[in-house]
Amino acid sequence: MAKIVSLREAVGELVHDGDTVALEGFTHLIPFAAGHEIIRQQRRELTLVRMTPDLIYDQLIGAGCARKLIFSWGGNPGVGALYRIRDAITRGWPAPLAIEEHSHAELANRYVAGAAGLPFAVLRGSAGTDLPMHTPAVSTVRCPFTGEELTAVAAVTPDVTIVHAQRADREGNVQLWGISGVQKEAVLAARRALVTVEELVDDLEPVAGAVVLPRFVVTAVAEVPGGAAPSYAHGYYARDNTAYRDWQRISRDRDTFAAWLDELQKAEAVGEPGE
Amino acid sequence: MRFTPEEMMTVAAARGLRDGKVVFVGIDLPSRAANLARRLHAPDLVLIYESGTIDTRPDELPLSIGDGVLAETALSVVSVPEIFNYWLQPGRIDVGFLSGAQLDRFANLNTTVIGEYAEPDVRLPGSGGAPEIAASCREVFVVMRHRRRSFVDRVDFVTSFGYGAGPADRALLGLRGAGPVRVITDLGVLEPHPVSAELVLTAVHPGVTVEQVRAETGWTLEVSDELGRTIPPTERELDVLRSLKTVGSP
Repeated sequence: MAKIVSLREAVGELVHDGDTVALEGFTHLIPFAAGHEIIRQQRRELTLVRMTPDLIYDQLIGAGCARKLIFSWGGNPGVGALYRIRDAITRGWPAPLAIEEHSHAELANRYVAGAAGLPFAVLRGSAGTDLPMHTPAVSTVRCPFTGEELTAVAAVTPDVTIVHAQRADREGNVQLWGISGVQKEAVLAARRALVTVEELVDDLEPVAGAVVLPRFVVTAVAEVPGGAAPSYAHGYYARDNTAYRDWQRISRDRDTFAAWLDELQKAEAVGEPGE
Repeated sequence: MRFTPEEMMTVAAARGLRDGKVVFVGIDLPSRAANLARRLHAPDLVLIYESGTIDTRPDELPLSIGDGVLAETALSVVSVPEIFNYWLQPGRIDVGFLSGAQLDRFANLNTTVIGEYAEPDVRLPGSGGAPEIAASCREVFVVMRHRRRSFVDRVDFVTSFGYGAGPADRALLGLRGAGPVRVITDLGVLEPHPVSAELVLTAVHPGVTVEQVRAETGWTLEVSDELGRTIPPTERELDVLRSLKTVGSP
């Protein structure tokens, strides 16, 4: 059953050096506050999994938390590049970064297999492209019924998945809505799951189309209002597109990034008791 | 009315989208063209974005593929595994609308790396939804700025499959969609030759010469016997295009 804890405690207990960690949220509900707490607690040697690394992994990788990135599209959407990730891949700064790269459909299906308790998932895939040559988690499988050759992708099973949601009740049942991405699969594929939420409520009022994560698949819930900013929380706040545009300037240069990191490390974790 | 090459490209791309079609839309240039078409001749164009938003009608252009405006105005929002597995993969989408950093004579697209994969000169964002869009949509449109460094003889990396190295390759690989049927640039329009599948120039935009297009193309570009000339943007097309605002832009 889910425990209700502070973000600092949750990250301290659930995220360990060397873990495979997935912070999911497809543009929407990206768990930024949790990512920042991982940076503050100086986790190292993580394997980070995420379809769209976005600013959050640019920050974690720039801060030296990761040794490997599993991803499917690594840009600042509509704006440009993620320079900290680029610097790590091409110049090994601040630490060398191994990559395991996919298409969205492949990585989404790796989570699906993990969630379903299967060793792999099947899809039609994108035969003829160059990426499978570089990615050991992609192979082919012959259909036992029709003989067709199809794409197979290995399950991904994170040690811990972290997602952000609109709300949870006090038992730790979680509710999220709007663009729901791959969060359900990422949580169900993981050994441990941490959910940060905009608010804790007494009763979860049903919302049409909402995804519900029952308390028995959630390890811990932390109340972190604004925990998805500068991404957005449908029904709570909008995406801060200016912050996404400004990140170009911060990310492009090691020194401006170092100054940003300094500020982050000085700031207290949001949602801490007594704040 | 005066217009820029960029505006001509977007208008030309929008005109190709027929009303009632179902379009899987990539961000940036494709999204701008698809939203223009929906406001002009194709009010019933069905826009699908890989964030899982089906039949979305944004009032403003999204900056990213999963902006709130896409979810708020969608007929339905589904998960990311669902959008790829149930909607794209089985061939329910008429047109996939893509762009890229490099395109070659067989319309293969690269959005992964310039240079070697292990030691790239430039690391690009990667695949996203594009490989499966290129594989599974009934047809693919590509919209890209026409520059010699982008229109290359061979792409450095095949992120999304066009025609491979010739007309038989898609069928040999079991790809079910027809592949790229039209490449719309800021200089003109290229289409695959019916026999060779190599891209040939089939139209030039107003004020553009064949020599100009050839100078910006990294292979020996063939020109169609029936080379067309694109009709300039109408006042209405330009008005609507210029009124499109991106969410959160100043």
